[in-house]
Amino acid sequence: MVHKKAGALALGAALLLSTSALAQEKRTLTYNADYDPIPLAAMEALIADFEAANPDIDVVLNNFDHEGYKTAIRNFLTADAPDLANWYAGNRMAPFVNAGQFMDVSDVWEANGLSDSLASAKASMTIDGKQWGIPYTYYQWGIYYNRDAYAAAGVDLPADGMTYDQFVANCEKFAAAGIDCLTTGTKALWPGAGIFDYMSLRTNGYEWHMDLTAGKVEWTDQKVRDVFAQWARIQPFITKNHAAIDWQDAAALLVQGKAANYVMGNFAVGVFKEGGMTNDNLGFMVFPEITPGIPRAEEAPTDTIHIPAGAKNVDDAKKFLAFMASPEAQTKWNAAQGQLPVNKNASVNTEDPFLVAGFQMLSTAEGGIAQFFDRDAPAEMAKAGMEGFQEFMVKPENLDAILERLEKVRQRVYQ
Amino acid sequence: MTAFWKANQRKLAPWLFLAPGLLMFAVYVIGPIFESMWISLYDWDGLGEARWIGTANYVELFDDDAFYTSLKNNVIWLVLYMLAVPAGLLIAIFLNQTITGIRIYKSLFFFPFVISQVVVGLMFSWFYAPDFGLFYKLIEVFTGQGIAILAEDRFVTYGIIAAGLWPQIAYVMILYLTGLNNVAPDQVEAARLDGAKGWRMLWYVILPQLRPATFIAVVVTVIGALRSFDLVSIMTDGGPFGSSRVLSFYMYEQALSEYGYRMGYGAAIAVVLFAIMMVFISGFIWKMWRDETER
Repeated sequence: MVHKKAGALALGAALLLSTSALAQEKRTLTYNADYDPIPLAAMEALIADFEAANPDIDVVLNNFDHEGYKTAIRNFLTADAPDLANWYAGNRMAPFVNAGQFMDVSDVWEANGLSDSLASAKASMTIDGKQWGIPYTYYQWGIYYNRDAYAAAGVDLPADGMTYDQFVANCEKFAAAGIDCLTTGTKALWPGAGIFDYMSLRTNGYEWHMDLTAGKVEWTDQKVRDVFAQWARIQPFITKNHAAIDWQDAAALLVQGKAANYVMGNFAVGVFKEGGMTNDNLGFMVFPEITPGIPRAEEAPTDTIHIPAGAKNVDDAKKFLAFMASPEAQTKWNAAQGQLPVNKNASVNTEDPFLVAGFQMLSTAEGGIAQFFDRDAPAEMAKAGMEGFQEFMVKPENLDAILERLEKVRQRVYQ
Repeated sequence: MTAFWKANQRKLAPWLFLAPGLLMFAVYVIGPIFESMWISLYDWDGLGEARWIGTANYVELFDDDAFYTSLKNNVIWLVLYMLAVPAGLLIAIFLNQTITGIRIYKSLFFFPFVISQVVVGLMFSWFYAPDFGLFYKLIEVFTGQGIAILAEDRFVTYGIIAAGLWPQIAYVMILYLTGLNNVAPDQVEAARLDGAKGWRMLWYVILPQLRPATFIAVVVTVIGALRSFDLVSIMTDGGPFGSSRVLSFYMYEQALSEYGYRMGYGAAIAVVLFAIMMVFISGFIWKMWRDETER
C-alpha cells in the first residue's frame, strides 16, 4: 500500500512490538509524480504489486498537481531529491541530463534487455549514448471526431486514406451548417502545437520536422511557409475564441456537436466519454495526408521515470525501474489508463477501439515517431513557437512578423 | 558594561528593537535586490554553470518586442488603475451617511477586497468566457456578435484591469471612509454657513482634509498596478500570444515558468521593473520626508 505518511507505519510498528519480534526494517523509496486521479490509482495498484514482491521496500508516493509539478521538479531535484521522479522523454529531459540532475541508468537497460523490448522509445531516451530513464507509456495523437456532427452537417464519415483536400472540402460543409470544423483550446498554448506538428510532418516529412525542431532550418525558409500555407486553408474553420479557452472547454464543444474534429492526444478520450460520448459517436482518424508519398510519421509523447542524481536509495530505485519496464507492469498500468505500453511484449486491451487504432497507427508509422513540439524543441524555442502558432491561428496576416520573431529566437537558442 | 548601558541606553534601545526587523529586511529585501542585479549580468539556467555575459541581457531586452509589449501594458495598468482613486472616493462619500443598515452596505462594497485575487481572476474569466460568460452574452444581445475579451489582443489588458479595479476600488473606498470620519464637522458647518455646497464643498473643504488618505490611496494603487501578476497569470497566462503580459509576469515566464529557466534575463527584467518602481517610491519617500520636516 502507499503510505502518504510514514508516521502511521512507525506507530503501528511500535504497537506491534509487544506481540511480534522486531518487525523487519523497511527501506523507503520516495517517488515524486504528477498523476491525475485515474493514473494515480493505477500506479498505486502497481506499487502494491511491487511492494508485495519486495516486502522489505516501502514506496512513498508524493503526488503533485500536473502543471505545478513542472516547476516543482526544478526545486526538489536540487533541494530534496526523491529516489524516483516522473518526467518526459526527448529534449525535455536534456536540461536535467546536461546539468547532471538525472542518473545514467544504462545498466538497467543492459541488465533487462530493454534495448530490445523498449526499442521504439530508445532513441528518445538516449543522450550522449546513454539512457537516462525508463519509458512506461505513450499515447497517440490524431483527429478525434463527433459522428453526430458529421451526420448533422450531412458530411460523409472520414474514410481511410482521406486526403487533406477532402478534409478542407468537408470544412466548408461544416461551416455552412454552423459547426466548427476543427476545434482547439490554446489558452495553455500546447494544443496548437499538435496541429502545427501534424501540418509540418505531413507537408515536409519527419526528417525535416526533426531538423526544424533541432534548429537546423531557418524559420523564414520557404518550406516553413509551405507548412503555414497548408494550415491557412483550415484556419478560418477553427473555433474562433480558441485563445481564451482551455483544451477541456474545446472538448466540450466537440461533445456538444458544436465542433466536428479535434486534433488531440488519446488522453482526451476519457474527457469525451465523461461528457457523454460513447464508442458509437466518437471516432478517431489518422491525420490526413498532405504531400503525397511522404512516409507517414506520427506523434506519440512518451512519459518516463528517472532516478535523480541526488537519490538516496539508488539500488531499490533501479529495481523499481526494472519493474516498471516489465511487460506485466506496463500492460496493467496502460490498461487502466487507456494508453499504449512501450514494451513490445506488453498487450493492449482489444476492447478499446482507440487503443487498437493507435497501436495499429504507431506500429505502422514508417516515417518515425515525434515526441511533441515542446519536447522535441528546446523549452525557449517551444514557448516562442507555440505563441506564434496561436497568433497565426488568430491573425494569419501576421505570418511574416511571426516567422521573423521565431527566427530571431532560433538564432539565440541554438547558438 | 552596566555603566556603558546606563550611559547609552536611550540611544541603543531603539536600535535593539529595530534589529530583528532590519536584519530580516536586509536579508530578504536589500540583499536580493543586489543579487538580482548581479545575476542579470549572467547567462544562467538556474541549475548549471553561470556564464558572465556583461550587459548582453540588457542589449537583448531592448531589442525584444515582448519586453515593449509588457512595458506598454504596465503603463496602461498604471494609468487606468488610477481610476480606483476617484471611484473609491465617490463610493466612500456615497456610503458616508447614517441610515439603518449602512454597515451592511459598507461591508458589501468592501467584499471584493476580502476575497483572494485568484478568485477575482476566476470570476472575471467566467464573466468574459466565450459561449457562456455573462459579459459575452450581453455583448451578443446588443451587437449580435459576442466578443471574447480574453482572446482579443486589443481588449485583453483592459479586461484584466477591469477585474483588478474591482477589489482596488473597494480598498481605496475603505481608506477614504476612515478619512471621512476625521473630517472636522465644524469646518463643514462653517463652509455651509458661507454658502458652499456640492462640488465647491468637496473640492475646497473636504478634499484638503482627505489629503493623507489620498496620498496612501495613490501609493497603494501605483504599487498594486506595478505588481499586477496574479490576475494576468490566472486569467490569460500572458496570452493571447503574449499580448497581456506585464513586466512582472514576463520576468516570471523567463526565469521560473515551465519554458523559462533564463535566470539572468529574468533578473534583467526585474531590474528594469525595480527602476520604474524606484521612480515612484523615491517620489513618495521624498514627499513624506518633506511633510515630516515641515512640521
